[in-house]
Amino acid sequence: MAYLSRAEARALAERVLGFSRAEQARVSIDSGATGNTRFASNQISTAGDVTDTTVTITSAFGRRVASSTTNLLDDASLRAAVQTSERLAPLSPEDPEYLGELGPVPVPERDSVFATTAELSPEARARAVAEVTTPAAARSLVATGFAVHRTGSSAVMTTRGQFAYQASSNANFSTTVRTPDGDGSGWAGAGFFDWNELDAGSLAARAMEKAERSRGARDVEPGRWVTILEPTAVANMLGLMMGALGARAADEGRSFFSRPGGGNRIGERFVDDRVTIWSDPLDPRLFTTPFTEEGLPNRREVWVENGVLRTLTYNRYWAQRQNREPTGFPTGYYMEGGDATLDDMIRSTERGLLVTRFWYIRSVDPRTILYTGLSRDGTFMIENGRVAHPVKNLRWNESPVFMLGNIEMIGRPVRVSPSESSEVASAVVVPPLKVRDFTFTSVSDAV
Amino acid sequence: MSRMRRREFIARTALAGGALSVLDLRELLGRLAHPDDFAFAAQERELAFRALDAARAAGATYADVRVSRNHSQSVSTREQQITGLSDNETMGMGIRVIASGSWGFVATNVLTAAEVEAAARQAVAQARANAVSQRQPVELAPAEVHRNGSWSSPIGVDPFSISIEDKVSLLFAVNDAALGVRGVRFVSSFLSFLREDKFFANTEGTVTNQTIYRTTPSVNVTAVAADGSDFQSRASTDISPRGLGWEYVLESDLPGRAPRWAEEAVQKLTARPVEPGRYDLVLLPTNLWLTLHESVAHPTELDRVFGYEANYAGTSFIHPPADFLGRFRYGPEIMNVQGERSSPGGLSTVGYDDEGVRPRDFLIVRDGVLADLQTTREQAPWLADWYRQTGQEVRSHGCSYAQSWADVQFQRMPNINLLPHPDRDVPLEELIDGVENGILIDGDGSFSIDQQRYNAQFSGQVFREIRNGRVGGMLKDVAYQMRTPEFWSSMDLIGGRSTYWTGGANNDGKGQPSQVNAVSHGCVPSRFRQVAVINTGRA
Repeated sequence: MAYLSRAEARALAERVLGFSRAEQARVSIDSGATGNTRFASNQISTAGDVTDTTVTITSAFGRRVASSTTNLLDDASLRAAVQTSERLAPLSPEDPEYLGELGPVPVPERDSVFATTAELSPEARARAVAEVTTPAAARSLVATGFAVHRTGSSAVMTTRGQFAYQASSNANFSTTVRTPDGDGSGWAGAGFFDWNELDAGSLAARAMEKAERSRGARDVEPGRWVTILEPTAVANMLGLMMGALGARAADEGRSFFSRPGGGNRIGERFVDDRVTIWSDPLDPRLFTTPFTEEGLPNRREVWVENGVLRTLTYNRYWAQRQNREPTGFPTGYYMEGGDATLDDMIRSTERGLLVTRFWYIRSVDPRTILYTGLSRDGTFMIENGRVAHPVKNLRWNESPVFMLGNIEMIGRPVRVSPSESSEVASAVVVPPLKVRDFTFTSVSDAV
Repeated sequence: MSRMRRREFIARTALAGGALSVLDLRELLGRLAHPDDFAFAAQERELAFRALDAARAAGATYADVRVSRNHSQSVSTREQQITGLSDNETMGMGIRVIASGSWGFVATNVLTAAEVEAAARQAVAQARANAVSQRQPVELAPAEVHRNGSWSSPIGVDPFSISIEDKVSLLFAVNDAALGVRGVRFVSSFLSFLREDKFFANTEGTVTNQTIYRTTPSVNVTAVAADGSDFQSRASTDISPRGLGWEYVLESDLPGRAPRWAEEAVQKLTARPVEPGRYDLVLLPTNLWLTLHESVAHPTELDRVFGYEANYAGTSFIHPPADFLGRFRYGPEIMNVQGERSSPGGLSTVGYDDEGVRPRDFLIVRDGVLADLQTTREQAPWLADWYRQTGQEVRSHGCSYAQSWADVQFQRMPNINLLPHPDRDVPLEELIDGVENGILIDGDGSFSIDQQRYNAQFSGQVFREIRNGRVGGMLKDVAYQMRTPEFWSSMDLIGGRSTYWTGGANNDGKGQPSQVNAVSHGCVPSRFRQVAVINTGRA
């Protein structure tokens, strides 16, 4: 097995903690195998199969804490890593926020390893790639893309008796198909746990159609547009808000979620009342991480309910200080949807834009979670209820909280490939949205 | 690797016994100039040669092996607290092969003879699987063989020899200095250090040993308005990461500079919001390095130009290259852009790249015209026509890099620099003198550019208005939007050699799986006419 089983992880953790002389210690172990295949110009360009196991030891003397990581698993190297953290910790100033290691706390159990993903071969990846490159070549298009999968386990053990373990599989497939003259470009991608869920042929069909339909893009005026965001674009935006949910920054007055005059905005309605977003480690659509790096169980958490901010993210220290329960972090999340289809959204639009995905998203103003970025790989004008023609890509300066305040229609949630780099990522399940007043600030010539 | 591990290894190989099938290269090991300078003992090198042997025996027509050991340490603080202290080590072997005309790559952290030989065979099998879709076999440009290459970053003081107490007390002194400025509420500060020992060998006979250091200091100061209505931060972007040691941290004088960063954060709270419009911009090197990185360094990566990165990092407006090389005017005649991996302290500076090529300095833009592109051994032949036309050899520019043993090497940018004014030492004051209505921008801020490197938006840290040749009050919420060719064409004056400054970053992302590259960009302050400026503030 390319990753440590529960028994192996426990044995390794015990071996590491056996070397510990600290007052308290914690060991975290990540092991697994990652495989990937890249393609460009309708052929495989590179591939990689990598196995690794990393061990991180955190040692504490009083409130003096330090960590050390190694991937060398012989006793001497592990002992050396333990000793490094034990040498550094007493030299460090006291950390008033260190709460000590956890004792035994039950962690939700679930199995999300899929043999179809765990045992995937380079040949199987190559077959999936051919489902894209063969039709693309036949249509005189140029396909580029990335298939990636990881199966691994992580474990945490403390000297005070906590042990948590999970193993999981995850995968992602994405392709960008371009016309040979570089005048059109279309993207499609998906994330999934079970490799059998991959339908590379239908992703290829979507990307090819977008590539061909995006030829001859016309100029478009920047400004505030009715915009239909496909689910990937919604996830690109929503992730920015989910990353800004820190309670501490809010309470310290340096966040959108700060309440003017002090405190935070928990309990306030801040977006459209159809918006509900939650995380749940046991929901098979998400399988979000069941425990934190400290070994604290994650539980179901509703972040936004009917437009109201229900909670922010609290680590153990800030939770204790503010007299709240600690929360996990929403790496994966589910946004509830509605019944509208993408076609309904298009049909109901007199004049608007349709966006496939966003790119190069960077923070502009944390006071409003304002970011900038651009559309790419399929941006279209909608006129009188139908897709009229492709338009040039646009730069936007916009905030997810404004976007969620301007919703007109919500579609059915689907799991997407949420990161710009199409890596293996925590599950993000979001609906397509039709919003008003999405702020585009300039036009790009990039295809 | 610990001593015990080495002893165990020796015991195992001794048990395996008998004549090993190894390359002739091994005899060269005894000739290494200073083998004690490098982390790898003969055992690790022996494993590398075993992997090469196994790859060849399995049918590889080419193979290279990297064994690397990365030791990194980071210390982070906020105000008077430590927020993180960690020491990380990772070691393993990456084996890259060509078989049936395709690449294969397998990496493992288990450094035993059996494991690395199995990994080499697996890489060959993977290459054969990849070859199913091969339309054109991989060909490598010829490269000189370096049988005993060695190189080390030119550090003064090894940062790992400095105690944690010294590092923490330096950061606390920085935080104190910033918090001493009225209006400052938060400060975070950070030091990180990397030592990478890298051994490389390929089936052509090149063997190199390198030790690479990187040092990263950074500080961020936040001021909050008394009524809680606004907060503004100032990051220490005038201190960039470098391929140097502890001496660079000391020279950076973080405690001495912190009060200025703090004062500027406070001033930003009451700075005047910029009126959107067109302005002449004087961009200091602390700002321009990132614009150069995004709009010149990235679009001249040859794999982008050929569409290899279309699914993530993007392509390039430079396509097809034959229409651009020697023809495309990037900017005025005073614009010369150089690629190099030789500048002392440069983040990309090395003796040999990750396929054993010794990089040479080269010009990407010569007198304002595109002259060359960034290449690896696989890519240099793609420009064979251009090189023949211009009487140059078809040779890699040495731009191959992988972030660790676990990642396959591919084309990454070298240090790329905007060279000083070719004729005279133009001072900054002369750039400002010629501006009636403009903005002086210091430090890099928000940055974003499209996937072909046309449309970009950049912000900064500190903005000051320029009126009739004089620098005035502070502005806020400034970002400039540009289209690459017009932007560089609007540059009408650049600083001379005494204004040259080097910025850079450790986290330039590209590739799938995404890898980070560390790269420096030297540049001079430069003046750009009539650039579109927007106001990024929004209620």
